[in-house]
Amino acid sequence: MQDTVIESKAPTAKTVQVERTKKTTKTESNAMNAKRSPTEIAESITETVGKPLAQNAKLAMRNVNVHYDQKQAVFDVNLDIAENQVVALIGPSGCGKSTFLRCLNRMNDTIDICRVEGSIQLDGMDIYDSKLDVVPLRARVGMVFQKPNPFPKSIYDNVAYGPRIHGLVNRRADLDDVVESSLRKAGLWEEVKDRLESPGTGLSGGQQQRLCIARTIAVSPEVILMDEPCSALDPIATAKIEELIAELSQNFTIAIVTHSMQQAARVSNRTAYFHLGRLVEVNETEKVFTNPDHELTEAYITGRFG
Amino acid sequence: MTSPNNSKPLSQQAALVQKSLAKRYASERRFKAYGLASVLFGLCALLVLFVEIFGGGLSGFKTTQVALTLELDSDVLEVYDATNPDEILAGNYTGVIRNALKERFPDATGRKEKRALYSMISVGATYDLRDQLAADPDLLDTSIDVWILADDDIDTYYKSLSSVPYAERMSDKQQQWVQDLIDKQEIRTIFNTRFFTSGDSSEPEMAGIRGAIMGSLLTMMVTLLLSFPVGVAAAIYLEEYAPKNRLTDFVEVNINNLAAVPSIIFGLLGLAIFINLFEMPRSIPLVGGIVLTLMTLPTIIISSRAAVKAVPPSIREAALGIGASKMQMILHHVLPLAMPGMLTGAIIGMAQALGETAPLLMIGMVAFIMDVPGAITDPATVMPVQIFLWSDSPERAFVEKTSAAIMVLLMFLMFMNAMAVLLRKRLERRW
Ligand SMILES: Nc1ncnc2c1ncn2[C@@H]1O[C@H](COP(=O)(O)OP(=O)(O)O)[C@@H](O)[C@H]1O
Ligand SMILES: [Mg+2]
Repeated sequence: MQDTVIESKAPTAKTVQVERTKKTTKTESNAMNAKRSPTEIAESITETVGKPLAQNAKLAMRNVNVHYDQKQAVFDVNLDIAENQVVALIGPSGCGKSTFLRCLNRMNDTIDICRVEGSIQLDGMDIYDSKLDVVPLRARVGMVFQKPNPFPKSIYDNVAYGPRIHGLVNRRADLDDVVESSLRKAGLWEEVKDRLESPGTGLSGGQQQRLCIARTIAVSPEVILMDEPCSALDPIATAKIEELIAELSQNFTIAIVTHSMQQAARVSNRTAYFHLGRLVEVNETEKVFTNPDHELTEAYITGRFG
Repeated sequence: MTSPNNSKPLSQQAALVQKSLAKRYASERRFKAYGLASVLFGLCALLVLFVEIFGGGLSGFKTTQVALTLELDSDVLEVYDATNPDEILAGNYTGVIRNALKERFPDATGRKEKRALYSMISVGATYDLRDQLAADPDLLDTSIDVWILADDDIDTYYKSLSSVPYAERMSDKQQQWVQDLIDKQEIRTIFNTRFFTSGDSSEPEMAGIRGAIMGSLLTMMVTLLLSFPVGVAAAIYLEEYAPKNRLTDFVEVNINNLAAVPSIIFGLLGLAIFINLFEMPRSIPLVGGIVLTLMTLPTIIISSRAAVKAVPPSIREAALGIGASKMQMILHHVLPLAMPGMLTGAIIGMAQALGETAPLLMIGMVAFIMDVPGAITDPATVMPVQIFLWSDSPERAFVEKTSAAIMVLLMFLMFMNAMAVLLRKRLERRW
């Protein structure tokens, strides 16, 4: 049952198969690279292949470098995320996807040793401007985390928290409306409408994650960042969240980190492939999963390293 | 890949596992037994302590009374208007009691015997009589049958009769009189309410723990009000705001050092600073509370920091990610989650402070104070110091008072520890 839900939405299973047969030809044609290890290849990358830039960029990143103390985690990334688009960030673990994502709403500020260089603009406004206040920024760029992290408060208070602290609504009735519409958008309303006062931590993992999404959209952000939002969830819950992402993409700009290539293929418009802190390739999702431009991308989607 | 065991036939390997299993079980049983033995040892020690204290101290909660028929003759009392407070205050109640004693034991002749007879009744009895008359002025010029408070020597002797009689301070005549009272059932022991309603006294039968309890409560109040907010604020600053550098490392190490400083040093500090430098009065709960604050602060800071640290980072990220400011994150999320741990630490710190004696000796809270303190600037002593004072007194009757006071102190400590456990249970939330 669970698997069929996934399979029916996943065109990739077959395409990956096709990819594998094609692999050899591509590697041969790149004879120069043939003897180099993936690490060497990645370290020599200076420019992203594909189309990292976009026309109507909501978020525009230029020459972004991120260091943890001495160690560099992200190297010279240029990327645009267009309005109402879903961009998937994929790549092996430790390649800097989360680090990069957390730059976009300055969550990295909380890590003392983290240093971000370059420019990141939201609608043309530099978010790393020293005069900028992160509080309104984070209201505009919301974040959903890997592990569902509802507050140990009631479901209602979880969703109402953002509107409350930002002073978005004053009357209780308005707040009720915001809570209901956010829960509806997150596809959770029907399941929790009778127990809004029970603790959010008492929900199942998938429900908790949808609660976290409801909490994020309750402050009407423009961009939603998601860091592997389904990695702690079972397939049914994952399918629900994926449906939700598809719906949300009509109104929100979304950047999603994922480990599952099927998921990237299902939910995103564009896919960015990271390797060892370098942004290797950005292209239409379709193209990345059928005919990637870069050999590392190809190696990754065909499962040669993960 | 091929370990020696893998190459052996399956049955042989199973046998080997079987053999090692028996050994493993045995060592597991031993391990459990050690733990159990430790727990039992602790329980035994506690039991011995309790038996010792309760055995000697329960009688401290009782006091001995003697039945007498008192003639409230206005001429003897020199009270003619029992509604006049001044006359009541100046009344000669001793005379009334002495007359009654002479009446009851006509065989007391000679000054020495009479003195021995009079000394069987506590001076406290005169105060009781005065209060009784003030409460009911119609009693004047009547005769009343009352139970009046016996002296501590009688009290000690009478209570000891059931086991090993202690008659060191009793003359033969006095022993006869007590026997006579026993025969006529005119002597009894009742619950000692005075022990809980009055302050210290040089007369053991009149001494009470109330002054010390109030002193302890006032001191604890000062300590709690100062150390909890300061400790929590310091913990939050150190955990959430302080940059991680040499200076904060230094502060951290020294907080731990401070927790290990012997408490008497804090007493000396209090003496030098608050009393000698700021010229605050001696013996007052305010100074005692400040000194104990210095002593408990490290404990509270350390436990509060641990509580703050235990709040999962995911909750902080959730709050920050939705646009809460740092202060909102702390006030709305970190503090409520850390509160049970902080409160537990505070109560444990308070329990420590409640039992503390040495620093309070240094600032003069060891004085003999009869009045029950009512404010933090009244001279006072505290329970452990009261125990120390009584245990040092020559009167034998103070021995049981000491045990009784220890029991009261232990009750307070157990109550506080129970509170700590209860709070933790009530407030604890899972995330
Ligand atoms: N808080 C941190 N402190 C130091 N190094 C970090 C921290 N977070 C991540 N890194 C390092 O940065 C690199 C990228 O990590 P991350 O962005 O979490 O990768 P991904 O999300 O792609 O798995 C890793 O090498 C990791 O060790
Ligand atoms: Mg990650």
